[in-house]
Amino acid sequence: MGNLRGKLLPPALAIVFSMLLCGVALVISGANPLRAFGVMVTQVGKGSTLVDIINSTGIYYIAALAVAIGFQMNLFNIGVEGQYRVAAVVAAVVGGSIALPPGIHTLVIIIVGALAGAAWAAIPAILKVTRGVNEVISTIMMNGLAIGFSAYLIRRDVFGELRGNNIRTPEIPESGWMPGISFGGSGTMFGFLFVAIALGVGYWIMMNRTRFGFELRASGESSTAASAGGVNAKKMVLVSMLLSGAIAGLIGLPEMLGRDHTFSLNFTAGIGFSGIAIALLGRNHPGGIAFGALLWAFLDKSGLALDNVGVPREIVTIMQGSIVLSVVVAYEVVRRVELAAEQRRVGRELGTVGGAA
Amino acid sequence: MSSSTSVRTDDPPAVVLTGITKRFPGVVANSDVHLTVRRGEVHALCGENGAGKSTLMKILYGMQAPDEGTIEVNGEQVRFRTPSDAIKAGIGMVHQHFMLADNLTVQENVVLGAESLHGIGQKARKRIIELSGKTGLNVDPGVLVEQLGVADRQRVEILKVLYRGAKVIILDEPTAVLVPQEVNELFDTVRGMQEQGYTFLFISHKLDEVRAIADSVTVIRRGTTVGSADPKTVSSRQLAEMMVGSELPSPETRESTVTDEVVLDVKGLKLMTPDGSRPILDDVDLVVRSGEVVGIAGVEGNGQTELVETIMGMRRAGSGTITLQDKDLTKLGTLARREAGIGYIPEDRHRHGLLLTQPLWYNRILGYQTRKPTSRGIWLDTDGAKRDTERIVSEFDVRTPGIDVPAAALSGGNQQKLVVGRELSGNPVLLIASHPTRGVDVGAQALIWDEIKRARAAGLAVLLISADLDELIGLSDTIKVMLRGRLVADADPSTVTPEDLGSAMTGAGSTSAAVQETAVVEEGEN
Repeated sequence: MGNLRGKLLPPALAIVFSMLLCGVALVISGANPLRAFGVMVTQVGKGSTLVDIINSTGIYYIAALAVAIGFQMNLFNIGVEGQYRVAAVVAAVVGGSIALPPGIHTLVIIIVGALAGAAWAAIPAILKVTRGVNEVISTIMMNGLAIGFSAYLIRRDVFGELRGNNIRTPEIPESGWMPGISFGGSGTMFGFLFVAIALGVGYWIMMNRTRFGFELRASGESSTAASAGGVNAKKMVLVSMLLSGAIAGLIGLPEMLGRDHTFSLNFTAGIGFSGIAIALLGRNHPGGIAFGALLWAFLDKSGLALDNVGVPREIVTIMQGSIVLSVVVAYEVVRRVELAAEQRRVGRELGTVGGAA
Repeated sequence: MSSSTSVRTDDPPAVVLTGITKRFPGVVANSDVHLTVRRGEVHALCGENGAGKSTLMKILYGMQAPDEGTIEVNGEQVRFRTPSDAIKAGIGMVHQHFMLADNLTVQENVVLGAESLHGIGQKARKRIIELSGKTGLNVDPGVLVEQLGVADRQRVEILKVLYRGAKVIILDEPTAVLVPQEVNELFDTVRGMQEQGYTFLFISHKLDEVRAIADSVTVIRRGTTVGSADPKTVSSRQLAEMMVGSELPSPETRESTVTDEVVLDVKGLKLMTPDGSRPILDDVDLVVRSGEVVGIAGVEGNGQTELVETIMGMRRAGSGTITLQDKDLTKLGTLARREAGIGYIPEDRHRHGLLLTQPLWYNRILGYQTRKPTSRGIWLDTDGAKRDTERIVSEFDVRTPGIDVPAAALSGGNQQKLVVGRELSGNPVLLIASHPTRGVDVGAQALIWDEIKRARAAGLAVLLISADLDELIGLSDTIKVMLRGRLVADADPSTVTPEDLGSAMTGAGSTSAAVQETAVVEEGEN
């Protein structure tokens, strides 16, 4: 209930705990943990690292939002990974094969990406609603299909073309690009970041101020109470899954519209899975997710510097994993302690505890 | 009462609780409880719902540790960490809600978890048959529990604790699930076992039963023992006043407010089990008029829950129609039915009524997410919801420090008052109240009864389902008896007794002119 301490304490504890854990791992492997962490921090100021971190944050943020929408009603959309891959290749193909005025062209690509992501998510959603198929299973299988499907679409005899030793979709004309903010030698910030921010604001409004958000949260909290309250469970599964897929469809676009202008074999994979971890880290809250995405991006990009001091940068993966685990545990512990404290407080104020007649 | 001869007063008492205190978040806990149970007696522990009886018994049974106080069994001080410690000391508990696996046999249920005593084979079987006689259970240990009736299941529960060597048996509200005739049989069993030296702790808030079976009575009120009484000399009224501490509320309604205007009209409603093998609801016809309370009596599990959920649209009827004020609801979803003017007090407020971790005002929106004052179009009106929650809190006397506390922090009675307040908001034309006062304290019970009566006087149609026959008879204008998915009899609440109703509920047939069987009962002419 607006208790800031209860919200901020668990992640802080989790980060400290996982830093200690990584420190131990570093000491065991013969490195100096303080030096390693120091290198990571100083790396932020070097070259384009800061801009890279911010760009990455935006991408992770969108991914985590997509996952969080499902989490809000206990739907585990593991398929974000496949949804954004399919959406990216479809958006690239469409964007590269049409000619439209600037702005509108970009908008069309974004809409196509969202629709393609939603369409890919619709399959597990429909299976769940009509046949009761568990979405965890079906979305994992859809991820496998997505890899094959996207590889097929960029074959040279389908939509792809050979450029150097890379296969890619035809380049999107400049009218479809999204301009960024250039910092010269320090890199260029993707314009799509603003879309990510708008999505976060929209997500907050939807969850806290709309009927749909209420029904989503009610379904997640208690499906039985929601159904007695007139929430149509099947509709909620369908809509939230489609929405989750639509947002997932945007994950590949910051890089595509701002830098690559094509879908190629070098496409960044794995963001969907990071999104799951970040949504957990941020407790499905738009602010928490932003923080989680920033932390994730920092670890990713600054971790690259570890190689320079002879520390395996895989230590970053250990750190990411231990943060998520400990944050989940810490939140649960704090939640239970707070609920009990709240009940005691209510009991005390009403004078019923130990209430002799 | 001849049974009192078996009470031995010279031995150390079977159980002595001294100064037991248990602090518990949000609800009435135990505070300085003293209780002495002599060996071989039936000792009744009386108190209103929520007085702390069950907590006390959980402490005695090792399910919860007391914060203060001591437990003595047969003169020796003991400390129970788990129920198995209590079982070792010879204390057994028969829970209000049976803890049996339906798909296992009687023998398997009894032996489960006590395999080390007599194995799981012939030796166990012999021991079970030996003990069965004591409990009055006349079925083969190889029979599946799902084939047994409620009374026999209860005997299996007693058998379970006997098998584990219990000498002191706690019966937690054992009659709540039984009809009056079965209650008498249970009492015969208890007396028979008492002759053989068993000690019973009988928990109940039904005073007639307490006076019929107990050798001594201890009354508990708001978590503490307020005194003992001799059941042979004390009157029900005196006991009741000890329990409540003041005058008893009564569910009775005065003059009839029934009108001609049909609000709910259910015709030919049918619902099959999910596998389609047998009907749960079989051709149910039901009419509720404006200003009328129609009560449904029935042993739990005869289709009352399903009837309510089908009317609410949470289950889809196989056939039949549901009409609310000339509006056909049959094809509509739950939300549309609520919008048409149905308020719904679910039987399990935790599962169906509340979002427990959410604040009170957020709970106000549930079921009203499309209507004023909690929403405007697709937008929630959080200010409106908060304002209206404040209103409910003050009008319905919900005891809470504020509307921002999570629902889970409130006691059961206050949670229920919130639910009742919410469901009476927005001018419903029909209120479906499933066990509206189950598990709430006596103050909340009186308030909920008053609110239902007031709404009825204002023209609300009420469909009331309750296992509390006094509540049902007191509040209802018409009572219908439900058995195996059918409405088999009508009863006149002004003349019917709980015993008459109980007889009709088990299908034993009408025993009084107050109960009129409806034509469809399939027992031929008599």
